[in-house]
Amino acid sequence: MQTVSSTTGVQISNTGSGYISARLSHNAMRHWNERLIETVLFLAAALSVLTTLGIVYILVSESIHFFARISIVDFLTDTQWTPLFDDAHFGIMVLVSGTLVSSLVALLVAIPVGTTIAIYLSEFAGSRVREIAKPILELLGGIPTIVYGYFALLVVTPILQWALPNLPGFSLLSAGFVMGIMIVPYIASLSEDAMRAVPMSLREGAYAMGSSRLYTAIHVVIPAALSGLAASYVLAVSRAVGETMILAVAAGMQPNLTWNPMEPAATITSYIVQVALGDLPHGSIGYQTIFAAGLTLLLITLMFNIVGQWLRAKYKENY
Amino acid sequence: MPNTTQERLKAEARGLNFFYNGGIQALKNINMPIYDNRVTALIGPSGCGKSTYLRSFNRMHDLYPGNRYEGEIRFYPDDTNLLAPEVDPIEVRMRVGMVFQKPNPFPKSIYENVAYGLRVRGERNRRMLDDKVEHALRGAALWDEVKDRLQDLASNLSGGQQQRLCIARALATDPELLLFDEPTSALDPIATGAIEELVHELKKRVTILIVTHNMQQAARVSDYTAYMFLGEMIEFGKTDEIFIKPKDRRTEDYITGRMG
Amino acid sequence: MKPLTTEEIRAVIARGKLKDTLFKALGILCLAFGLLVIVALILDMAIKGADRFTLDFFLNFASRRATQAGILSAWVGSLLVMFVTALAAVPLGVAAGVYLEEYAPRNWMTQVIEINIANLAAVPSIVYGLLALGIFVYQFGFGQSILSAGLTLALLILPIIIVATREAIRAIPAMIREGSMAVGATRWQTCRYHIIPYAMPGILTGVIIGLARAIGETAPIITIGALTFIAFLPPAPLTALPDGGTAGLFDWVMAPFTVMPIQIFNWTSRPDPAFEINAAAAGFVLMAMVLAMNALAIWLRYRMRKNIKW
Repeated sequence: MQTVSSTTGVQISNTGSGYISARLSHNAMRHWNERLIETVLFLAAALSVLTTLGIVYILVSESIHFFARISIVDFLTDTQWTPLFDDAHFGIMVLVSGTLVSSLVALLVAIPVGTTIAIYLSEFAGSRVREIAKPILELLGGIPTIVYGYFALLVVTPILQWALPNLPGFSLLSAGFVMGIMIVPYIASLSEDAMRAVPMSLREGAYAMGSSRLYTAIHVVIPAALSGLAASYVLAVSRAVGETMILAVAAGMQPNLTWNPMEPAATITSYIVQVALGDLPHGSIGYQTIFAAGLTLLLITLMFNIVGQWLRAKYKENY
Repeated sequence: MPNTTQERLKAEARGLNFFYNGGIQALKNINMPIYDNRVTALIGPSGCGKSTYLRSFNRMHDLYPGNRYEGEIRFYPDDTNLLAPEVDPIEVRMRVGMVFQKPNPFPKSIYENVAYGLRVRGERNRRMLDDKVEHALRGAALWDEVKDRLQDLASNLSGGQQQRLCIARALATDPELLLFDEPTSALDPIATGAIEELVHELKKRVTILIVTHNMQQAARVSDYTAYMFLGEMIEFGKTDEIFIKPKDRRTEDYITGRMG
Repeated sequence: MKPLTTEEIRAVIARGKLKDTLFKALGILCLAFGLLVIVALILDMAIKGADRFTLDFFLNFASRRATQAGILSAWVGSLLVMFVTALAAVPLGVAAGVYLEEYAPRNWMTQVIEINIANLAAVPSIVYGLLALGIFVYQFGFGQSILSAGLTLALLILPIIIVATREAIRAIPAMIREGSMAVGATRWQTCRYHIIPYAMPGILTGVIIGLARAIGETAPIITIGALTFIAFLPPAPLTALPDGGTAGLFDWVMAPFTVMPIQIFNWTSRPDPAFEINAAAAGFVLMAMVLAMNALAIWLRYRMRKNIKW
């Protein structure tokens, strides 16, 4: 009896410790597994940082080669952009002017329309209208830019030419106009977010004074959401500055230092497209110009983005 | 002490029911007088409907879809029903001012905050505006503190000053009835004292209806008190009577702190 | 100082209401303008391109003669590029989103990653093209291939998928996570069996929107140097090659290609108006693809909002 009980006792303790050690080693494996998975997931998230580093690296390293040959002063002050001619000039202002003029036209279209839609949706519309309007805006924002380019060149330009007979077939005006339509949803949704963040108590205060909806919107809600609205405009500019295909299709691609939207002109982005369409040898000066142009573009959009994010943070901390 | 027999009616709720969107009944058959140039306090545990009741007087519920009133709020001397569908809520709000729980100055200058209601009414005369703004700020006991910085942003004022600014904003358009929705719940004791004193002063100019969660405050500032519970008006009477010898058991429980 | 009479007050109110009504009309007009643009675009392309909606148009290669030119290489190219894009972007984006929501410690590294993702979403797409040109095409030697294009677009839509994943995960109540952890599941098991499945509709919506964006992208693909005139298809796996050999399983990945937007760009920029018809027809096909994907995403989101009651 005793031996039996002792052996069973031993056995029990044996299975016990075996079980526990198996559990422990299983746990250790589980632990390692978990660590491995966490590391893999972390690497996926860190890839975005790598992307940024890659962008900066490639733009800066190619631009360094470029600026070894062309001085930064010439780059910023020359009034001609003829990188592929024998008498090569590299005045980026030529491309920047086209970029800024077209973006300005886009803003002149998008800010009034986008803000009106935002005010309407945030202060006037019932939930049912909003449910219809939001998908329309989303679809408008989802149209491929090449289709917008087609629209600008073959639909909008003829219409504008009917009103402005002097308008050439390619112009910053029609490209900018369509670009404006493209960024309307962007401004509308960011501005609406900003206005909806204005606390209801402020609106109630205004309504309690007997003000109408429009008066409340203009005199109370908009001032309260001002930094948010400004952020949406600035972020929209950065969108417009980086837009490529509409301009490549409808604004013409010849470099032209102009502030007149009625003229055709190349932008930073459409120049890059133009060069990429040709067959430039890797390492040539022409190849390097697109990286210098790209760096300029990135810096401009980055600047607008930093300002925009800062403005957004400002209105978010207010409420 | 006011004597009920001499009181003039400013407003009167008659059979007032209120339903929020979705059909929840928040007010049940409320009957209650509001006397001219008196302070009437609404007390009761939170959720009892006192704010809902208050916000019926300036038709705030009309801002949100699906809300529904039944019954009447008669408004004197012209004896109109504020809740009648043909009466424009905006017109009601131009006669009935409101001060909110948390100070809600507009993102404008001190001056423009007070001038807001006048501008809504289309007033452009600078002299008139200046006069009215000063008068309203004096009425809200804020003039001396802000007269040198009228163009400063209202948000730079302290919480108590902001609330007095909101009172000035409401006063500037000479409302006939002024609604206070727990006006001191976001303020410190000193600022609270200043507002209470102000309410006492103001009743010479305007009839006041005040919601408060603080019974001492009701006792201090009001001439009449109504106790509400679960959307019903349990008891209404002169403030000292309500606090000294309430007729209803539930009122007594609340006042003595056995409930709420 | 005299108070306003009732009549004067009513006149003020009436003026305010009139302005309200006018503004409401203006707001609806602006929205209608947006709708009009969409409708005008689709109708214009459908009417102009009507002659090309034949089977041949879908089965012909690009050609110098407009009437014989088709979009075969373009739509096949678009599908293959999308396949590579989805294969790269979906696992990476979901993994990054899961990491940031479920694992990431609150430290500077996480903050850097978050700020970085927000900023990447605002980088112009053509800059991604330059990145791909420098890194994928030359440094990695992938050349002007489907692989380069697919990876470029994957990087481009990664922020969209990450944000969608995070939002979908954030909508899951903590009790589900706690419930799973309470019965002894590890963090990964919780993610694998609870979080990711529950977040799936939201993630899927983000993936579709991202792919709809990618399929319409032109600039970065032009930048890496995709050809516009391609009169052949990438080699299908295990088929005979012209040089007598057999194509490997993944040879197509390294093949030159074209995609729908580039084909449209090419046709739009030709002076011969006969190609406008082709551009319109191809544009219509692309719009149909993009709108269908967007509509699917909107519908998915709508259904999600209706069905989910935690």
